[in-house]
Amino acid sequence: MASITLNHLVKKYGDGFPAVNDVSIDIADGEFIILVGPSGCGKSTLLRMIVGLEDITDGDLLINGTRVNDKAPRDRNLAMVFQNYALYPHLTVYENIAFPLRLAKGKHSDEEVDRLVTEAAATLELTDHLQRKPANLSGGQRQRVAMGRAIVRQADAFLFDEPLSNLDAKLRGQMRSEISQMQRRLGVTSVYVTHDQTEAMTLGDRVAVLKKGELQQIASPRELYEQPRNLFVAGFIGSPSMNFLPATIEGGVLRTALGDIAIPAEKAAKAAGKKVVLVGVRPEFFEDAKLVEESKRGHGSTFRATLSHTEWLGNEQYGYINFDPAPEVRELLNNLAKDMDADELRPQVVVTLDAASRIRGGREAEIWLDTRKLHLFDPETGVNLTRDEAAGAALTEEANQERAEEIANAQGDGHSTASGFASSNTGGGAPAGASAGGSSRGGATAAGGKHTS
Amino acid sequence: MTSTKSKVLWGIVTVLVAVYALFPVASILATSFKAPSDLTNQKFLPSPGRATTGNYEQILVGDAQGLFLTALRNSIGICLISTFIAVVLATLCAYAIARLDFPGKKLVLTTALAVSIFPVISIVTPLFNLWRSIGLYDTWPGLIIPYLSLTLPISIWTLAAFFRQIPWELEQAAQVDGATTWQAFRKAIVPLAAPGVFTTAIIAFFIAWNDFVYGISLTSTEAARPVPAALAFFTGASQFEAPTGAISAAAIIVTIPVVVLVLAFQRQIVSGLTQGAVKG
Repeated sequence: MASITLNHLVKKYGDGFPAVNDVSIDIADGEFIILVGPSGCGKSTLLRMIVGLEDITDGDLLINGTRVNDKAPRDRNLAMVFQNYALYPHLTVYENIAFPLRLAKGKHSDEEVDRLVTEAAATLELTDHLQRKPANLSGGQRQRVAMGRAIVRQADAFLFDEPLSNLDAKLRGQMRSEISQMQRRLGVTSVYVTHDQTEAMTLGDRVAVLKKGELQQIASPRELYEQPRNLFVAGFIGSPSMNFLPATIEGGVLRTALGDIAIPAEKAAKAAGKKVVLVGVRPEFFEDAKLVEESKRGHGSTFRATLSHTEWLGNEQYGYINFDPAPEVRELLNNLAKDMDADELRPQVVVTLDAASRIRGGREAEIWLDTRKLHLFDPETGVNLTRDEAAGAALTEEANQERAEEIANAQGDGHSTASGFASSNTGGGAPAGASAGGSSRGGATAAGGKHTS
Repeated sequence: MTSTKSKVLWGIVTVLVAVYALFPVASILATSFKAPSDLTNQKFLPSPGRATTGNYEQILVGDAQGLFLTALRNSIGICLISTFIAVVLATLCAYAIARLDFPGKKLVLTTALAVSIFPVISIVTPLFNLWRSIGLYDTWPGLIIPYLSLTLPISIWTLAAFFRQIPWELEQAAQVDGATTWQAFRKAIVPLAAPGVFTTAIIAFFIAWNDFVYGISLTSTEAARPVPAALAFFTGASQFEAPTGAISAAAIIVTIPVVVLVLAFQRQIVSGLTQGAVKG
């Protein structure tokens, strides 16, 4: 088990382009860190720098306080799960898992290798497949073999490079919860690269958002969601993503394309001196004005708008409002979309409405907006003007405590382990398939718990 | 409907191609069992009751034994050595080409291609003069070196293409798992590269085995003359007898190793061993 410190890491390629630029992250022992960002943001490069497959141009990488910049991958004692699994096709599942043990010559006797491999296989439910070749396994099984190769070594940390991106959606949900439980059970420091924000939000203790090689923000998923530091983080995290509305401020009123919105005085104060701001509103901050309770009504303001169409999903519905921004703002929005790997979209606002709402496309309707939660961004720098540092830090601190509890639970006896899973499942909002996977794994988990303690 | 129709069509095409390709082989096989006096019987098969293994006896244990067996020994030796050298050099070269980014990489590949398409006939005469003056004429090395110019380029190209298909994550995974660079190469890459190396070796061997121009031009005695060249020196029992039967028998015998090699390594040649390494 280990802590990993990234100290102003820089990676430049031959042409001088910095793929990773001045990234500093402190990863605590047992923490699950997610690196997330659009493609080309340097997240995989950063991971490969940690494991030693890419040279570090500048900065220091410390594992347990020791500088390892110049150490070969094999001397860093880290385990990595590759995106395409990188199984040895000429070896059986057994030998694939045993591979790292066999390389450490003389360290393990044959009986020990056999015991460790059998244990790892049992944890991952691979016992029946030990004598098969990787070519004959399904995607999920290959994924588990790759994981087995990592856990059999008792490495200091696990590194995952988009391990689930090759699996279908259902399997992905299942494997996601398995990875999460395994990480808690072993209490092993993990760094996980993904471009899928569901994975980022559900797995991570803290999530590092990268853009063009630069760290935008690192915080717990909740802090990222509720207190994003800038426009990019705000737009990247959340699905459907945050709406950005250009607005001018006059007193305590925002003049937007949707109409005038009165905002609380303390928000307006933070944007003082700015003529134009971008208002960041998450879809769920909107509601059908008819369905808002009287007690809540006062916390927001209402406006009238015509929805172009609605999508009913059962538990909620999405409504779309088109608007026409000024040309310079349109360009800003397009650039933002490009940053986030999205296509240039017609400027529209997505609103989440209660499933019971009768608002339909084409009709003008009254919509309520919770103004307490909206954010104001500086359109030039992208900085979030209304970010509440203290509230954000509190959210991340909360996540830290939860992690400690979950690890303690997962490594305790079988009963508390099971309840730990249940809570982590509901907390993470994992799909139904995931919780089924969780309950069927109770027995194997208990064995794993004994093994680590 | 269409599938049955196209199946039938494919079947017909296959049979036609097979007949077209195999007819000469069958004809030579039939001829090799004809007695010298039966050669002109104007039939495909030997006349009934007159089929003979005399031609084979002649080249293996009879008069032509000296000519044929030494030539066979020369051919096998020269081809094996030049194949071995070509494969070893090409493996190292192709590994570097597939794996590393170095200046001149394109140049190496282009040169190899240029060499392989260079007409053999145009360098035979200069080589003949050069080899005579430096003493390589009519020796094994005198043939091995030109054979390398035939086998090396194609080996480099085939192996480079093959190495490019091997997922390098495997090597990196091995390194992360605790292997040194050499261990990663030996334990993760070599087992996967083996089928490619086999295939290349077989191709290289065939190219050297089939050569005639160098074989006839750069040798003058049994010291180094390979089989394809030696066949041209077969004579009949008398000047009125054509050596067609003996030549046919020799041709069949030199075809055997080729067929055996292909059958033996068929699995390796078409092997999809890399399947399952990464997402299938």
